[in-house]
Order: sequence, then structure tokens, then C-alpha cells
Amino acid sequence: MSGLDFDVAHLLAGSLVLVSFLELYQDRLYALLNVYAAHALVLAASVAWQALIQDAPHLYVTATIALIFKAIVIPVALHRMIVRLGVHREIDKVVGVGPAMLAGMGLVALSMVVMLRVTQEADPLTREDLAFALAVVLLGLLMMVTRRNAVSQVVGFMSLENGLVLAATGAKGMPLVVEISVAFSILIAFIVIGIFLFRIRERFDTVDVHALDRFRGERR
Amino acid sequence: MTLTSVLACAAVLLALGPLAVALGHSRVATRLVYGTSMVASAVSLAAAIVHLIGAVVPESITLPVGVPWLGAHLRIDALSAFFLLVVDLGAMSASLFALGYGRHETAAGRVLPFYPAFLAGMTLVVLADDAFTYLLSWEFMSLTSWALVMSHHRVPDNVRAGYVYLVMASFGTLALLLAFGLLAGPDGLYTFSQMRGAHPSAALGALVLILALVGAGSKAGLVPLHVWLPLAHPAAPSHVSGLMSGVMTKVAVYGFLRIVFDLAGEPSWWWSIVVLAFAGVTTVMGVLYALMQHDLKRLLAYHTVENIGIIFIGLGLALAFKTFGMDFAAALAFTAALLHVFNHSLFKSLLFFGAGAVLGATGERDMEHLGGLIHRMPQTAFVFLIGCVAISALPPLNGFVSEWLTFQAILLSPQLPAWGLKLLVPAVGALLALAAALAAACFVKAYGVTFLGRPRTRAAEAAAETDRYSLAAMMLLAALCLFAGILPGFFIDALAPVSTALIGAHMPAQSGSQWFSIVPIAASRSSYDGLLVFMFMIISGTLAASAIHRLASDRLRRAPAWDCGYPDVSPTTQYSATSFAQPIRRVFGTVVFRAREHVQVPPPGDTRPARLIAELHDLIWDAIYAPLVVGIGIAADRLNRLQFLTIRQFLTLVFCTLVVLLLVLAVWS
Repeated sequence: MSGLDFDVAHLLAGSLVLVSFLELYQDRLYALLNVYAAHALVLAASVAWQALIQDAPHLYVTATIALIFKAIVIPVALHRMIVRLGVHREIDKVVGVGPAMLAGMGLVALSMVVMLRVTQEADPLTREDLAFALAVVLLGLLMMVTRRNAVSQVVGFMSLENGLVLAATGAKGMPLVVEISVAFSILIAFIVIGIFLFRIRERFDTVDVHALDRFRGERR
Repeated sequence: MTLTSVLACAAVLLALGPLAVALGHSRVATRLVYGTSMVASAVSLAAAIVHLIGAVVPESITLPVGVPWLGAHLRIDALSAFFLLVVDLGAMSASLFALGYGRHETAAGRVLPFYPAFLAGMTLVVLADDAFTYLLSWEFMSLTSWALVMSHHRVPDNVRAGYVYLVMASFGTLALLLAFGLLAGPDGLYTFSQMRGAHPSAALGALVLILALVGAGSKAGLVPLHVWLPLAHPAAPSHVSGLMSGVMTKVAVYGFLRIVFDLAGEPSWWWSIVVLAFAGVTTVMGVLYALMQHDLKRLLAYHTVENIGIIFIGLGLALAFKTFGMDFAAALAFTAALLHVFNHSLFKSLLFFGAGAVLGATGERDMEHLGGLIHRMPQTAFVFLIGCVAISALPPLNGFVSEWLTFQAILLSPQLPAWGLKLLVPAVGALLALAAALAAACFVKAYGVTFLGRPRTRAAEAAAETDRYSLAAMMLLAALCLFAGILPGFFIDALAPVSTALIGAHMPAQSGSQWFSIVPIAASRSSYDGLLVFMFMIISGTLAASAIHRLASDRLRRAPAWDCGYPDVSPTTQYSATSFAQPIRRVFGTVVFRAREHVQVPPPGDTRPARLIAELHDLIWDAIYAPLVVGIGIAADRLNRLQFLTIRQFLTLVFCTLVVLLLVLAVWS
């Protein structure tokens, strides 16, 4: 493996973590969707680079799926959705930006410590990839926890899934069938969540999940 | 050959359950289920006897069911064959008894499907040769017996009994699961033959001993894990009570033997101290609890606790002698324990059947409502008396032989090198002697109050003799009790292969000795001859009776009729179960049960009689189980809030758990 292969892969995976931080920072829904599209774009580039250096043509299929569905179809659909819901100007945050960013940094450090320690026998490219992927997954989860709006929770979930794809492509020899089925399950999850969003809105006139809690008679 | 025939019988029993569901609640179904169960148990019994007496080499078979890479391993060796004999003998007599008793069953639709399944479960437990099959059969046995306990589920006490039984059974299985997990080790050696070759370390072995003691002990009824037993055993129909008390507790003893003597490797010397301490306490507590009872079936259930204690005393002694290389003494103690397993299964089944016959005839389990049944049910009274004499360990019946052998083993304890055991074993012997005496007192009470005197209620007055199937089953067991008491040498010799397999030695052959006497150690030291004792009792009794008849004066004489010391004709003036136990309650109960007596005198002008109220506390329940129940209640209330979190809080919970686990991984590795 030449130095350039490793460096570019490292750069792309690192960029994915960086874009995750951008998502965490961005609290306007419209801009958040744009950042998510960038997230998927970086993922597609990263997967394509893996396909090139691993000499695994089926990964190009994965990259194309990521590019078409995650970077184009889903963001466009979500854009139209939030316009129709009329929430595209909403600002959404439960935890402040500062604490969220600090927590995110802690999570990245944690994933580095854990992954680099448990994968000592693996080759360096896979180790780095796995560490970044875990960081992306954790940041996605953190986003789901710190947001109140259902749309941003969906975005958190999608970026979490991007982390999974990154991990899967970093490990050599993952069959294409698995990747396609993962991609489709995400698509179906997206559709289901979309339908639910509209149902929630119809019933409560908002997509703020606190309305659900209020409906159940819970204290906040 | 024997194994396949036993398995075929078990398969027949398993198939009988669904068939009983299909047939529903009818006279034909009752006859078919119990008749077929009896035949299948008899065939299986014959196979077990052939295997045990013929000293055939162990047979094993692997069935392609269960876990895919493991299969179901089944094996019959001397130990399995002996316990199979106990199971099948109990099953056969219970089925015979139920042919008559089961006709009066009101909830037959809930008893018939589970009864043969329960028998099959017990058979499979003793045959299992890998951990998975063992635990599966064990749970199957527990669940089917639970269903039988719950067959009269409208009775509120039975619901509580079923609940406590279910909780304790799950707890016991958990302990066994952990024990097998430790024995299997990280490589997953789940078959018993692999475990035997594994030789676990001393610390691991000790942990396995504790878990086996808790797991098998909770099923067998070791104090303080006995709480479910006196609730659940009486709640089941009487033939099932007999099976649970007489046979299922023995299956639990089998589990303990299999794990501790066969699989857990070389024992440490202190293991026996743990076993002996629990066994001694169990023996005395069981009989003291029994003395305080006036419910006939519950009294019998508490006596099961006592007898399990006696069996575990034998096993503890065997462990002690074995660790110090005294193989001969170990074989003696081990044989005594196994013989008591066999004997107890005989007379406890017999006594429960007798209690069932009384229950069927009068509808009463409370002794205070019975009395005078010897005139109304003479044959039942006779066989019940034989059972009482046997369980009280009086010669010439079988209970005496096994307890005497246990005492012979205790008398060898001064040869033990460890001082702890030198001091503990005589103390356990004293407890055993105390328990034997108290058991005799308890059965004087049980028999006297139930069968002698005058009837206390109309139900007892109207009782009639039970049916011939029930009588046949009880007579069969009574005859076996007498036979095993008079000719114990044959039974001791039959146990030799079991003892050889697990201890490495066996008692000297007894059947060749003169007059069928048994000589456990040496003729100069001690010997017992049941046949001579029996003949002496018969001859001296006949002589005394004929002498009185011949020599007594036959002159006519006029005198007031003998009123047996009761000038008042009311039957309530007789000795009652509570009043009979009063001296013992005073002596032991004030400490053990915090027993108090109050006299409640009504105010002047009130026509109610004064009452004596005896108050008892179950200190074991109060000290261990009650705080546990309260603690679980509080924890459940606190955790209940987790059901009502918001979506974001649930997500946060998942997220925090993940982060904590990762942190642990980061710090630990």
C-alpha cells in the first residue's frame, strides 16, 4: 500500500467526522439538510476511493447508491417535506452548541482509544477507518439525543448509518448483497419515518417530539 | 438394549400427554392414561433392574435433537439405573393408586395431560448425559409438576404455592445452569464425558459445589431453600404429591450426586463441612416444622425435608471419608445414603397415598377434623401404620436399616484426621438422633390423631374404605418396605456397582452371611439381622397373646364400662394434634419458632368459650424471604418509572449505556 492511498483514505474518513461535527453544530433545519447532503457526498467519495485502492469494483455500486440516494434523493425529499410541514425556518436545540461540541470531541477521543487498542493486529488503514466510523456512529447518536425536532433526529439516524457503511467498506471482503440490503433497509426506514412525520403533524400540528410526550401526560 | 427400551417407555409417556388432551375428561381417559403409565413404568423398571443387577456396562446414545452441534446425549450407568429404579417404582405405584384415586378427580382435564409428561421428564433427567439435555429435562420436570400443583387453581392457597414453587424452581435452575456453565468452561464442553476429563481447579470446583448445593438443594428441600416444598407438595393431587415428595426430591439428589461426585473433580476436605452443616440443620428443622403441623399432607411434606437432610448427612460423610482416602468408610456412608433414597421413596409414597385415601374418604386434610378411621378404613389404617413405623426408623422395617447404617458411618468419624470434622460429625450425629426421636413422636401424633380415638367430625364418621386399586398400590409399597427391612443385604449388594463407580470402593457382600444379617464393618463391631428381629417379634407377640388368652381369668364380673379415661362423651375432649405437640412446642418451639401461647378469656356475660391461642413464627421466612420480597417490591416500584420515559430519554439511555460500555472496554483492555 502506497502512502498516498492511505493518506487520501485517511483524509476522506476524517472529513466525514468533520462534517458530522458540522451537523452537530448546525441548528437550522434547512442548512442541516445541506450539511447532511455533504456528509453523504464525502461518504460516497470515501467508498469510491476504497473501491479503487482495494480493487473491489462492487464498492463502486455502494458509492453510487450513497451518491444517488443519500446525497440527492433523501435530502431533496426531506427539503420538500420540511417545506410542506412549514418547519424549514425552525431552530432546534436542546443542549447548547458548546456542550454538544465538547461531548462530540470526547466521543471521538473515546472511539479512538477503544478502536486503536482492540484492533492492534489489523492493518493501519482498517484501524483508522474503524475508529473514524465509530466516531461517526457515536456523533449520529449524540445528535439524535440532543435534538428535539423529529426531522433532525432522522438526519442523526441517517448519518449514523453512514458511519456503519464507512466501517463496512473499510473492512475488506464484505459482500455486495449485505450492502445493498442495508441501503434498502435505510431507504425503507426513511419512508416509514417520513410517513410518521406527516401523521404526527396531522395529529399534533407540530413535529416537535415533546408534543408526543405532552400527549402521553408526561412532565417534561 | 436397556437404554432403548427405557427411552421407548419415555416416548410412550410423552405421547400420552397430547392424547389425554384429545380424549378430554372421561372415565376412559383416566383408565387409559394411568393404565398405560403403569405399564410403561413397569417395563422401564424392569430394564433398570436388569441394568443394575446385571452390572451391564454403561450404554449411551446420541439423538439428533436439541442443539444442532451437540445433539441429545443419553446414557445409562449404575447411578442412573439406580435412580431410574426409584423413579419407575414410584411412578408405577402412583399410577396404580391413581387408577382408583383418579376416578374422583374433579379437575381430571388438568391432571391427565401433565401426569405422564411429568413421569417422562423425571426419566429423562436421570438419563441425560450433556448439560443441555439435563437442564431441558429438569425444567420440563419442574414445569409439568408446577402445572400439576396448579390443577386446583381456584383454591387461593394453591395459587400462592404455585407462585412460590415457580420462583424457587427458576432460581434452582439458574444455579444449576451456572454450575454447568462453569464446568463446561470457555471451550463449551457440554457433554458429561468431556466435563469428566476437564479436571476443574479447586476454586472452580468449590464454586460448582455451592451452586450444585443451591440448585439441587432447592429442589430437594434443603433448609433454608425448602419454603416451596411444604406449600407445593400438598397442593397437588395425592398421587402427584407422593411422586413429588418420594421421587422428584430424589431426582434432585441425583443431580447433586452427578455434579459433585462425578463431574466436579477432586473434592476438597471442607466441602463435606458445608454439606454436613446444611444437612444437620435440615434434618432437625424439618422434623420440628412437621411436629407443629396438623395438616396431614403438609406434615408429610415437612418430613420429606427431614429425610432429605438424612440423605445429605450420608452424602456429606461420604465426601469427608473420600477426601481422606478412607474408601471403605466412604462406601458405607454412600450406600447408607442411597439406601435411604430408596427407602424414603417407598414409605413416603405409601404415606402420601394413605393421606390421599383419607382425603378421598373424608374430604379432610386437617387431622383435627379426623379420628377413629381405624374402624372405618381398617386396611388403609394397617398399611399407613406400616409406613409410619418405617419412617420412624423402627426395626424390622426398612427405615431403620438405612438410618442405622448412617449411624455406623458416623461412628467411624473419630478416625478422620481433620479436627473440624472430628467435632462436627458427632454433633451432626446428635442432631440425627434427635430428629429420629422427634420423627417417631410426630408419627405417633399423626397416626393416633387420624386413625385412633373417636371421629371428631361427621365427615370422619361417615368415611368408608378406599377402593381396591389404591389398596393394592399401598400394599405393594408396604410389602416392599417390610421386604427391604427384613432382607436388606440384597439391596446393599445391588448398590455395590453404584458405589464402585462414584467412590471407587463398595461395602463387603452381605447376601452370603448367615441368617441374612448385615455386617457393615466387622462382625465383632456391629451387625443387624432384620429377619431375626422380625421372627422374634412375631414369635414373642404370638406367645404373649396366646398366654394372655389362655391364662387370664375368664370368670364373669360386673363393673362399670371402661371409658378409656374420657368420662365426657364429647369427641373434642380427646387428645388433639395441637395438644399432643404442646410439650415439644414448649421445649423447642419457643426458640425455633418463637412460639407463644395466649389464653383468650371472653368478658363476663359473653357466652363464647375461652380459647387457647398458640402463635408460631416461621423465622426462616421472616429473616430471609420476607426482606427479599420487600426489597424486590421497592426495586420494582423504582424501575417502573423506566416504562414512562420520553423517546429522547430512551435514546439517551441507549446512548449512555453504549458510551459506558465503550469506556469500560477502553479502561479494561
